[in-house]
Amino acid sequence: MQADPSGVLTGAHYLDGDKACAEGALAAGCRFVAGYPITPSTEVAERIAERFPFVGGFFIQMEDEIASMAAILGASWTGVKSMTVTSGPGFSLMMENIGLGVMLETPCVIVNVQRGGPSTGLPTLPGQADIMQARWGSHGDYEIIAVCPNSPQECFDLTIKAFNLSEKYRVPVFVMMDECVGHMTEKVVIPPAEQIAIENRRYTDKKPGEYKPYEYGEDLIPAMAKAGDGHAFHVTGLTHDKQGYPVMDWVTQEECVHRLIRKIEKHTEDIIITEEENMKDAEVVVVSYGITSRVALRAVQLAEEKKINHIGRLRLQTIWPFPEQRIRDLAGKVKAIIVPEMNYGQLVLEVERCAAGKCRVISIPHGGGTVHQPEKILQGIEEAYQ
Amino acid sequence: MKYWRTPLDVDRVKIPNGEVHILPERCKGCGFCVEYCPKDILVLSEEFNSKGYHPPLVTDGSLCVHCQLCEMLCPEFAIFCVLKEEGMAHAS
Amino acid sequence: MKVQEMDPVTKPKRQRKIEPYIEHPLESWLRMDRIPHIWCSTCGIGTAVTCFIEAVKKTGIPREDISVVSGIGCSGRIAGYIKMDSFHTTHGRAIPFAVGVKLGNPKLKVVVFSGDGDLTAIGGNHFIHNARRNMDITVLCINNFIYAMTGGQLAPTTPPTAVATTAPYGNYENPFNLPALAASCGAVYVARWTALHVRRLTTSISEALQKKGFSFVEIICPCTTLYARKNKLGTGLDLMRFYHDNAEICNGADPHDVDIAFQSKIKVGKFVDIDKPSYLDGYNSYMQKKFGDKFKPYGVENGKK
Repeated sequence: MQADPSGVLTGAHYLDGDKACAEGALAAGCRFVAGYPITPSTEVAERIAERFPFVGGFFIQMEDEIASMAAILGASWTGVKSMTVTSGPGFSLMMENIGLGVMLETPCVIVNVQRGGPSTGLPTLPGQADIMQARWGSHGDYEIIAVCPNSPQECFDLTIKAFNLSEKYRVPVFVMMDECVGHMTEKVVIPPAEQIAIENRRYTDKKPGEYKPYEYGEDLIPAMAKAGDGHAFHVTGLTHDKQGYPVMDWVTQEECVHRLIRKIEKHTEDIIITEEENMKDAEVVVVSYGITSRVALRAVQLAEEKKINHIGRLRLQTIWPFPEQRIRDLAGKVKAIIVPEMNYGQLVLEVERCAAGKCRVISIPHGGGTVHQPEKILQGIEEAYQ
Repeated sequence: MKYWRTPLDVDRVKIPNGEVHILPERCKGCGFCVEYCPKDILVLSEEFNSKGYHPPLVTDGSLCVHCQLCEMLCPEFAIFCVLKEEGMAHAS
Repeated sequence: MKVQEMDPVTKPKRQRKIEPYIEHPLESWLRMDRIPHIWCSTCGIGTAVTCFIEAVKKTGIPREDISVVSGIGCSGRIAGYIKMDSFHTTHGRAIPFAVGVKLGNPKLKVVVFSGDGDLTAIGGNHFIHNARRNMDITVLCINNFIYAMTGGQLAPTTPPTAVATTAPYGNYENPFNLPALAASCGAVYVARWTALHVRRLTTSISEALQKKGFSFVEIICPCTTLYARKNKLGTGLDLMRFYHDNAEICNGADPHDVDIAFQSKIKVGKFVDIDKPSYLDGYNSYMQKKFGDKFKPYGVENGKK
């Protein structure tokens, strides 16, 4: 489907990541945003607040992040694409309702412009330490999707992708930006609406009375209804059966919860997006995401100046679900995988798990507050050759 | 109905008569209907339903004035009243 | 029906005659596949639900236009039994969820039907802010003075000296006066009734549903298994008798004067009924004044979504 032209600001712009993300949401068809100000994500909400009244959208600053998350779930159930924006502390607050979003299978997008943590941390400085929290933050077993842009242009593109994935898979999708990408101003090209592909959730074609909210087919994704259509559906955060009624026993838990997990696991090929460079004869691979990937690029350039060649780069644009199979394959072929991250080692745990000892995994951690020095990553590359 | 003074509209106002229907299997024996029936025509029966509760029992259906208090008070949707006829419920 | 005398030694075999199925008039409004519901015998929540459905029938609002949102607790189960678009959300977050539903599709009539703890303890912040905004939702609060579902813990409405599992020696905290809370935050319709006042409650709920803005109805319901039992007050029927003898109808009373102490007089009635522009109406008129024709009012055009 094409994007709705009313929200698409076609043209070449000079925007920061936050504003580009807001424009991406508009282009994707988002028309409800509930948020709470938190540095460094506030600009997304501010841009939305400026633009929404004139494109038929609605922005409300709720009383806290918990209310914001609950409100976007409610709006999504009326058929409106909805989004909220926050950073680390707000992300922690939203966790319970993110679980509700997963359990109800509500399409929505949560933008986390990561900052230094934990706790109040470094509000105006970047971090990438919420990566594991995006995956495991809420209680219980579940799977989500998370995308990670590394430039304002990607903030625009991947926000649209996030909406498409959330609509297709009926799951909350996280846009894991960081303060650096969020506050960096670069050229952002917004194409005409006809060139932007968007996806919408699949509505049921069953008549009222026949519709079962969680009946699913081969793809494990149930058809949705929206409030006001006359289906009189009931949905609950309790473990439920296909009718949506709470049934509390282990059999239903297996059916209900396991399907939520399998729903994403089954479609990883469709969901995972990575960017690979120079992988053909790579002996060492640098796996990175977000702003760190740009520093990694510089580090690889420095290494090549030093005549260290055959360094491949794998940039994760979706960090969850994690590209397990790709890492397993790589681990058998390369000497080492270098993982620079603006945290003390989070995604590297996944890389180590998937590499399963078949190759060295070198972590280049950084507490956040600023980006890596390229030399630090270079050191890691050199270490791999020793 | 005994009047200490005959109302001026006694020939125009009709006291309705209702028929109480009880779904005994749904009843949880709370006693709200029995307690608040203004004509006191409900009692808890000695019978049990399959859950072990005593459902109500209508003692004299002709006295029911279709006030529907039992229907509204019941928390279990186990009792309701259907309007039978417009007429004097019973004259004394 | 004949009254059988049971001989304790030789109990006669029960002859159960097959009853023809009779349909209760409210069955089309209920999820009959889940009735009988989980609420205890002499619990007042069922009565509140009956009054709600009667009120909805009275207003004539089409069923597909109503969305019911509940939180967690015994009262939170209400959404699961009413045959409308219903949502059983997280503890305390029924109101913001409902706000999302309302702002996503302003044509819908959104009702929050939840408990006193859910709405004013964990949900307190959402309660006061959305009353402040005069968000066009109807909040029906089942007040049984306790957290019943989880075993009888203290609620912000538990009267002083009452016993709860987390206040085993009696409550020494000051409770909320819910009508005062709602009124001082800006609710346009505030009423309190008990589960006994079925007709007045039905009228009140229908008025609240038709009111534009944040309307709040507190429904005092007997809780037999927890509140009554832990405080040795008998069963829910005894509590209903208590309401009968101690509820005073004071329509128009100052909400700040209607506190409830332990086993005290309960002032019920319609306390506040004023008119103020609702949240969306305020937004639309404000933006229209500022931008004129450049601004299209939100949620006003027909056939939204």
